[in-house]
Amino acid sequence: MLDSMEEIFQKIEQTGKPFWEVVLDADMEERQVTREASLEKMRRTWLAMLEADDTYRADRRSVSGLVGGDGRKMRDYAAEGDTICGDFLSEVIAVALCTGESNACMRKIVAAPTAGACGVLPAVLISIWRQGRTPEEEIVKTMYVAAGIGAVVSYRACIAGAAGGCQAEIGTASAMAAGALTALRGGTPEQIGHAVAMALKNLLGLICDPVAGLVEVPCVKRNVVGAVNAVSCADMALAGIKSRIPVDQVIECMGDVGRRLPVEFRETALGGLAVTPFGQQVKEQMEKRDS
Amino acid sequence: MLDIFDILGPVMVGPSSSHTAGAVRIGNMARTLLGGEPRTARILLHGSFAETGRGHGTDRALIAGLMGLKPDDLDIPNSFEMAAERGLEFSFETVSLRDAHPNTAVLEVEDGDGHSLKMQAASIGGGRIRVDRLNDVDVQFTGAYNTLIIRSLDISGELADVTRELSRRKINIANMSLCRSKRGGAVLMVIETDQAVPPVVRTLIAELPGVARLTYYEKEAE
Repeated sequence: MLDSMEEIFQKIEQTGKPFWEVVLDADMEERQVTREASLEKMRRTWLAMLEADDTYRADRRSVSGLVGGDGRKMRDYAAEGDTICGDFLSEVIAVALCTGESNACMRKIVAAPTAGACGVLPAVLISIWRQGRTPEEEIVKTMYVAAGIGAVVSYRACIAGAAGGCQAEIGTASAMAAGALTALRGGTPEQIGHAVAMALKNLLGLICDPVAGLVEVPCVKRNVVGAVNAVSCADMALAGIKSRIPVDQVIECMGDVGRRLPVEFRETALGGLAVTPFGQQVKEQMEKRDS
Repeated sequence: MLDIFDILGPVMVGPSSSHTAGAVRIGNMARTLLGGEPRTARILLHGSFAETGRGHGTDRALIAGLMGLKPDDLDIPNSFEMAAERGLEFSFETVSLRDAHPNTAVLEVEDGDGHSLKMQAASIGGGRIRVDRLNDVDVQFTGAYNTLIIRSLDISGELADVTRELSRRKINIANMSLCRSKRGGAVLMVIETDQAVPPVVRTLIAELPGVARLTYYEKEAE
């Protein structure tokens, strides 16, 4: 139903409804549910994102032992008030780390669009919400914008690392977050489109190269780059800066790049950081422990 | 279009939607189709499930599903301990299957009452699953719908009898398949429905002459 960004723009034009409501209508139609039921499910999804961050604990470690504790380090550092990137971006970084680490430590998260990229969207939404200027209701609405963007990318390209590399996971999550932020700040549908296009372009070609095949290194920190990229692209779009290449063409291009990525760079752990001497060492340790 | 809650979701225990959430659902499906509390489970892992499954908690996730846990249950990492308490014996092996999805598991499970089930299922991305074989018969269903699995005798009119009971209750069939191992052999009906199938309807179908066994998977609550 929502097969392209262009189609969403046309529906907005035809119905006079905002972006988020066009996606809500599509969900009601697709799942045959009421408006209230859809909104309630989205609200629970939001609460699950919040809970993942609220229940973060710095002493948890992942299966390999490589992941854990960094979210706390970032928060402690930010609390000293002397960061380079300021309070807001520091919080964005911290939430992205906390959520990504929680995922690696088998805690409850919201896949957005995947578990490996679960930190990107909450990083920007929770940080904005904690500033206290945005009511929860608006956050929940803007999650439809994110979901609609993700649905289009999923349809026209791909959202799995095994299919299209990290650009398909973190890239898509970043595009969803950039569009959501732009909508939240009152951006026009066109501006949302530009934010999505810019976010995706910036991460084009990013490979999926997990050490020992685990959703740990470099996945957790790539959530940070996805989130920070989303913030900058949303601000650029709101400033009136445009993507020269139309958004649907960028999405198609990401899918094309993904298909042409060698299989070594698509979640197989046969290339990139996974085959560095350190990466290989971790893999051997894991195998020894398993046998 | 994908369900938007497949994009923003599922709410799940990490670290991987296909290796963890999907694996829980596969275990859960096997438990449901067995129709009783599993006592023994022999689990064969294929492809990526075999290679990186342990690091992603695929093994614990499959056992968690067999114990009836859902993908968002924080007890998933403790499922081996739960299995020990509840008397489920299990083993894992790796296997190389022909023409199978990279994230595939074969589960051979038995309850204490003489029921057994062999199920091959794949985790096809984003936590969604697909059952590919049941008791050595090729099938294809996903658990995205309410699903009736009916084993019956190979006699004419059997399918009509079953669908009549459903239509009387205004239960709409979304997808359906009918397979048999050989002429006159056991038949496997897989019927996916839009509406939930209430217990009374399931009993009526189960009591039809020719129906050997009925199990029912109710799709996860919204």
